[in-house]
Amino acid sequence: MGQIHLEKVRKTFGDVVIIPDLDLQIEDGEFVVFVGPSGCGKSTLLRLIAGLEDVTGGKIVIDGKDATTLPPAKRGLAMVFQSYALYPHMSVRKNIAFPLKMAGMDKAEIDRRVDYAAKTLNLDNYIDRRPGQLSGGQRQRVAIGRAIVREPKAFLFDEPLSNLDAALRVGMRLEISELHQRLKTTMVYVTHDQVEAMTMADKIVVLRAGNIEQVGSPLELYTAPRNTFVAGFIGSPKMNLLGGAEAAKYQAATMGVRPEHIRLSTTDGAWKGTVKVSEHLGSDTFLHVESPVHDEPLTVRAGGEFPVHAGDVVYLTPQEDKIHRFDDKGLAIKGNGRATG
Amino acid sequence: MARNVSTGRKIGTTALAWFVGLVIFFPILWTFLTSFKTELQAISIPPVFVGFDWTLENYQTIQTQSNYFHFMANSIYLSLGSTALGLIVAVPAAWAMAFSPTKRTKDILLWMLSTKMLPAVGVLIPVYLMFIKFGLLDSRLGLIVVLFLINLPIIVWMLYTYFKEIPGEILEAARMDGASLRKEITQVLAPMAVPGIASTVLLNVILSWNEAFWTLNLTTSNAAPLTAFIASFSSPQGNFYAKLSAASMLAIAPILIVGWFSQKQLVRGLTFGAVK
Repeated sequence: MGQIHLEKVRKTFGDVVIIPDLDLQIEDGEFVVFVGPSGCGKSTLLRLIAGLEDVTGGKIVIDGKDATTLPPAKRGLAMVFQSYALYPHMSVRKNIAFPLKMAGMDKAEIDRRVDYAAKTLNLDNYIDRRPGQLSGGQRQRVAIGRAIVREPKAFLFDEPLSNLDAALRVGMRLEISELHQRLKTTMVYVTHDQVEAMTMADKIVVLRAGNIEQVGSPLELYTAPRNTFVAGFIGSPKMNLLGGAEAAKYQAATMGVRPEHIRLSTTDGAWKGTVKVSEHLGSDTFLHVESPVHDEPLTVRAGGEFPVHAGDVVYLTPQEDKIHRFDDKGLAIKGNGRATG
Repeated sequence: MARNVSTGRKIGTTALAWFVGLVIFFPILWTFLTSFKTELQAISIPPVFVGFDWTLENYQTIQTQSNYFHFMANSIYLSLGSTALGLIVAVPAAWAMAFSPTKRTKDILLWMLSTKMLPAVGVLIPVYLMFIKFGLLDSRLGLIVVLFLINLPIIVWMLYTYFKEIPGEILEAARMDGASLRKEITQVLAPMAVPGIASTVLLNVILSWNEAFWTLNLTTSNAAPLTAFIASFSSPQGNFYAKLSAASMLAIAPILIVGWFSQKQLVRGLTFGAVK
């Protein structure tokens, strides 16, 4: 079991409100990702669940029991830290065994569990080394091993991949996803990287300034962002958000269209523009196009070998059925403006 | 980035470093040489450097005149006792300040250090009167408490800077893993801080060993450490430089040997906070 319910959870440091009253339900076995820009309170929220910070108000209920005032160790949760937080003076074996030793488990059982965890995480060859003698990826695996052996109700991950290089990050991302498939244990994962959120999550919680902006599956957030913030945050490259006359054509204060939902032509289209920068990634080409319809360059995705260069004139046409409309408060308006108008 | 340094400049700076080192070391060297001279050679002008009749006479005389080992035992008691007491108070204090700082932590640390700026003689009379009142004059216990208190700010500061370098996340991980407060300190914090604690202990032992103001003023014979041993050869007997030198050499020898073998730790201790 691993249900975590937050009821009106509030956190302030002095007069500074980090998290105003927040409600959230995390169900058993879910992979939930907290995502948001830095300073949005996502790490603080995780630390409140862990018990490393005390809540100012509200309740944290784990598996139906009020855990608001329980110390971290009594909550049955395991955490993987951004810095891995391994014990530098202990071998890999002792690091992984530490929580079991603290729980007073007998030695034979500890050895059995540590050996099993080491084998699953491909650490058997390093079991007697100290953390200082391991690479970043191996250290990360030790930290995960230390969390697994306790068989916790839920795993908490605090930006676990941000200290790894890009290639390793993709590999570890897959490993953590596989681990979740196998263990089926609740995982709560904090990241500022929306790609990690999109690829790993069952449910994404988008946070801004301590407030939940939207909760939903990755595709829900992608296809139906609730407001301009989520629209701009989820998806890479970012959605183009236009105000003024263009938005008015769709009876909206702001209209948005993703770079991949714009048709590109060298001869005709809705918006005329000049290519400022073109980024060739091989599979795709991203064009930054300056156009009189918007004061910032528009981002457009083109095929990998689209033959344009900086300075070329192009025409852009947004796909009607993929347009997002937002009102003057930034909230999404249902339906397509053209269809009704 | 390596800088280009010419050979001439390297030789120049090396020579300068040697010169400064020798100037600092010279008094000890001179004391060492004088301790093997006769009293007459010790005060001869022009001074003799090495061309004298080496003699162990001074060391023999000292041994017959006073009990060196009694003073040395006191020095060991005082330095180790005050250091042990210091650690018992300073480790939890520094732990709290490093990992759960409040808005006032920095102020408290500065205030603690500011007590070191007060001239010791300013509180001599009140402390002396208290010692009379409590019957602590010339007792090891009284001196251990005084030495412990005067060095406490330094111990707390040093441990604080070492603890600060330990990532708080590791202690949080221990907390998540179910470690009690005691186990968090003894099994996670202390083993990681061993180098820092070692150099703190070392520096504190040396400071207590060399402390002269309080040890001279608050003892007569029973609790007198090696500082009093040296002093006893200077004032009552006038200018017996050779014997005084021999006494000094005997007094500083143990700490010199300890210091020599723990140079690495000591340098780190003395430059604490300066380099990471």
